[in-house]
Amino acid sequence: MRQPTRAEVCVAACADLFAGDGEILASPMGLVPSLGARLARLTAEPDLLLSDGEATLLTASGVAEGWLPYRAVFDVLAHGRRHVVMGANQLDRHGNQNISCIGRHERPDRQLLGFRGAPGNTVNHRTSYWVPRHSRRVFVPAVDVVSGVGYDRDGGRFHDVHRVVTNLAVLDFGGPGHTMRLVSVHPGVTEAEVVEQTGFELAQGDVAQTRLPNEAELALLREELDPRGLREREVRS
Amino acid sequence: MRDKRMTADEVVATLSDGMTVGIGGWGSRRKPMALVRAILRSPLRELTVVSYGGPDVGLLCAAGKVREVVYGFVSLDSIAYDPWFRRARESGSVLARELDEGMLQCGLRAAAHRLPFLPIRAGLGSDVLALDPSLRTVRSPYGDEELVAMPPIALDVALVHLNRADRHGNARYLGPDPYFDDLFCLAATRRFVSCESVADTEELAALGPPQALLLNRMMVDGVVEAPGGAHFTSCVPDYGRDEPFQRAYAEAASADEDAWAAFVDHYLSGGEADYQRAVRAG
Repeated sequence: MRQPTRAEVCVAACADLFAGDGEILASPMGLVPSLGARLARLTAEPDLLLSDGEATLLTASGVAEGWLPYRAVFDVLAHGRRHVVMGANQLDRHGNQNISCIGRHERPDRQLLGFRGAPGNTVNHRTSYWVPRHSRRVFVPAVDVVSGVGYDRDGGRFHDVHRVVTNLAVLDFGGPGHTMRLVSVHPGVTEAEVVEQTGFELAQGDVAQTRLPNEAELALLREELDPRGLREREVRS
Repeated sequence: MRDKRMTADEVVATLSDGMTVGIGGWGSRRKPMALVRAILRSPLRELTVVSYGGPDVGLLCAAGKVREVVYGFVSLDSIAYDPWFRRARESGSVLARELDEGMLQCGLRAAAHRLPFLPIRAGLGSDVLALDPSLRTVRSPYGDEELVAMPPIALDVALVHLNRADRHGNARYLGPDPYFDDLFCLAATRRFVSCESVADTEELAALGPPQALLLNRMMVDGVVEAPGGAHFTSCVPDYGRDEPFQRAYAEAASADEDAWAAFVDHYLSGGEADYQRAVRAG
């Protein structure tokens, strides 16, 4: 079997985000996290619930097993049985995330999506992030607007920012005082490269190499989940 | 029973400058675009628009109708950002009251329930509170948990688009998601629903299960028959989003003034029938 590509390593790292999650709603945003969540359900986490991206919960074989319109998503997040993987225009070392705007909010340099559900997600249930282009533009010393709540703020009793997966590495918040820590670098990436592309000091313990997807995972990904290889457009090898 | 049928222009003639207008749908999905286009044709100004925002917000900003937008996001779904909303924000021409999406639902519900606030966890710790100094927190009387006290988002008018309605204001969605259209109606003083087609009550009942009859007569003041009235947003199963048209909108909005003027001239300078004709002609 062909060597795993960088995109495939990222999909497997996103699948691993859901390890141990059990029977909860996985809400991946973006292609690579979506493939990761579906891969997790087909392998280690068969009880995960996934929607079609609109209002229907689908089984792994595509059967409608439930109804989940937007109004019900807010119920699920308040109930807490959910793990969201959001994007991030900016992230800081405490896990604060910005998808609102760049610059001053009253008159931004760049208007982005808005808060969306980030404030509610981050104070209600586990939240992870996916960053397809790891750079100093994203990993900044301080975000311009706090959409997703980080560890230096009072996120309350359900606050749980889990991990960040990027095109270069996997990070968590296991550094001193819940600061961002380098967990693993993807094959072919050096620690120095990640440090160079990060605009703040990363905590580093024993940095591993991100695991390669195994043959069964690669077969599922290539033949079933993404036969057209759209993942390769989101993450270049 | 009252016959509530009216035209889109008649609906808009009941609105006045400075009103708070709630717009149903979600992003670029089942937006009451024919009603929005009727506002574009009107002299209305200085509106406060409350919306899970999509091209409704963009077009109203493009036409200079908006003073303030109350939103959780503004997106075209298949295109991440609405270029006109973006321009309005970056040029400082509109005020922004930006909330978490769940807070928006909570504020509409507080208005619908005639409550001074509803507690919600969303917003705590984020910049939502910092950016809106009018927001307060409330401490639980049963413990010491502190929550956001989301105030009501009361609407002067709600504009929504559903698949089918009868002439009295009973209305049904046929797609998978009701979005928040019932809540918008409950939060508003005056409520208008446009629909793909008006049906007799019996016909409406026969189109599906009763739980998809989202609106009842108590929630609606006017019914507008507007085939294609959500175009270019989606209105499944009647039609999906017109992606090529949405791309053309976004491209014209992102290009120079001439490109936008040409788009307005081609699509938005006549009535709704002219619009639908121009869309069909491509």
